[in-house]
Amino acid sequence: MAHSINSGFSAWLRRDLLLAYRRRGEAASPLVFFVMVSTLIPLGLTPESARLAEVAAGMIWVMALLATLLSVEGLFASDYQDGSLEQLLITPQLLPMPLLGKITAHWLTTGLPLTLVSPLLGVMLSLPAAGYLPMLCSLALGTACLSLTGAVGAALTVSLRKGGLLLSLLVMPLYMPVLIFGTATVNFAVDGLNWLPPLAILGALFAASVALCPLAAAGALRLTSAN
Amino acid sequence: MSWQWFHRLGSPRWFYQSSARWLPWLSLATAVVLLSGLIWGLAIAPEDAKQGNSFRIIYIHVPASFLALAGYYIMATAGAVGLIWKMKLSYMVMKSAAPIGAALTFIALFTGAIWGKPTWGTYWVWDARITSMLILLFLYLGVMALQYAYHSADVASKAGAILGLVGTVNIPIIYKSVDWWYTLHQPATIKFTSAPSMHPDMFQPLLVMIIGFYLFYAVALILHTRSEILRRERKTSWVRDLLNTKKQAKADKQAGES
Repeated sequence: MAHSINSGFSAWLRRDLLLAYRRRGEAASPLVFFVMVSTLIPLGLTPESARLAEVAAGMIWVMALLATLLSVEGLFASDYQDGSLEQLLITPQLLPMPLLGKITAHWLTTGLPLTLVSPLLGVMLSLPAAGYLPMLCSLALGTACLSLTGAVGAALTVSLRKGGLLLSLLVMPLYMPVLIFGTATVNFAVDGLNWLPPLAILGALFAASVALCPLAAAGALRLTSAN
Repeated sequence: MSWQWFHRLGSPRWFYQSSARWLPWLSLATAVVLLSGLIWGLAIAPEDAKQGNSFRIIYIHVPASFLALAGYYIMATAGAVGLIWKMKLSYMVMKSAAPIGAALTFIALFTGAIWGKPTWGTYWVWDARITSMLILLFLYLGVMALQYAYHSADVASKAGAILGLVGTVNIPIIYKSVDWWYTLHQPATIKFTSAPSMHPDMFQPLLVMIIGFYLFYAVALILHTRSEILRRERKTSWVRDLLNTKKQAKADKQAGES
């Protein structure tokens, strides 16, 4: 039994990573979005580095949140269209495990690249040096929470034609704690405070999401994909 | 035997017929409590020493905020009951509770803004409680939008119930994190901690208003649920019979008048 649970996880993880590798252009678009929006901020706000530094942490976090929100819609969409989602629903494995595999693949292809690119944006928005390591840590944990929570919303809206807008409405309020503690981690570090407590809370949010979100997403998928 | 009432609850028809009997009494009680609370609060209660008459808006603002939050839990509980025991009626209650709760949240935000202008000199501040209420409004809107997005009433109900449950898990987390965020960024000029202990003369009418709002909520929820029952059960024989007898009675009345 344990073997079949794990195989469901790793098989779908491998499959989704392979699919993402074959459609590299599509997979790169959240990343391009993330980098491009950062050009808008100095244009819209100010090019002065002192003032940019004040808002850098929050801006990077908001952009990462929006980029994840844009990409999470596609988590189940193509599987629903080509019918492989129905194949997934009738597999003998417990449904949350394959879903966790898919969500992990999603994080590896969006959240992780966003995290790795964020220092570049930090330089562009003149983030103070103390903020880089906390930003990497908080984004790595936080984007995983965003992928997990977003999966529940994506599962609830998968069979709707205009699911994307609705998905943002459903998921946005649930993203707020992650945003609060993510920016707090970076700002604490910039202000010279101990930034581990907010990061620990992000970790707690992550642990809760790993435990609960695949279950909720599985329940939602069984319901909506039959529609 | 002892579980009979519970099984009866599964029948929308039973609910429709029995609620018709006691709804007038409940409405009457609501009107009496709300009117007496309003008169007591707006006319008889003493003026506030600092805020003058403008404080009287709390007699609307505070009960509305109470019910806005309680309404989310009522909605989510109804959805959970539907998911667990597969009760049609509780899904109808859930669907009806969403717009009522959203309206109350909006009223709480709106009256808060009106109250904020004379007291703090601004309609809007990013205070912890206001921000939480705004997020609560978004959560309500999400549940409503999801319900309207599906054509099949069954899928819409279950999807709404799942979202309601996810929201229930998240509300304490959101509230705590917004609270924490606010204490971190608290602006020094505006002090808005909990109201200093109220004088009993001001507090008693508030209590009456809270009870009145609970009653009002119950009446609104029952009325909304009754119309939802008729809408969803419109193809069943008992709703058709009901309509036919109503039509018959109307025709008889017109015949008698002419």
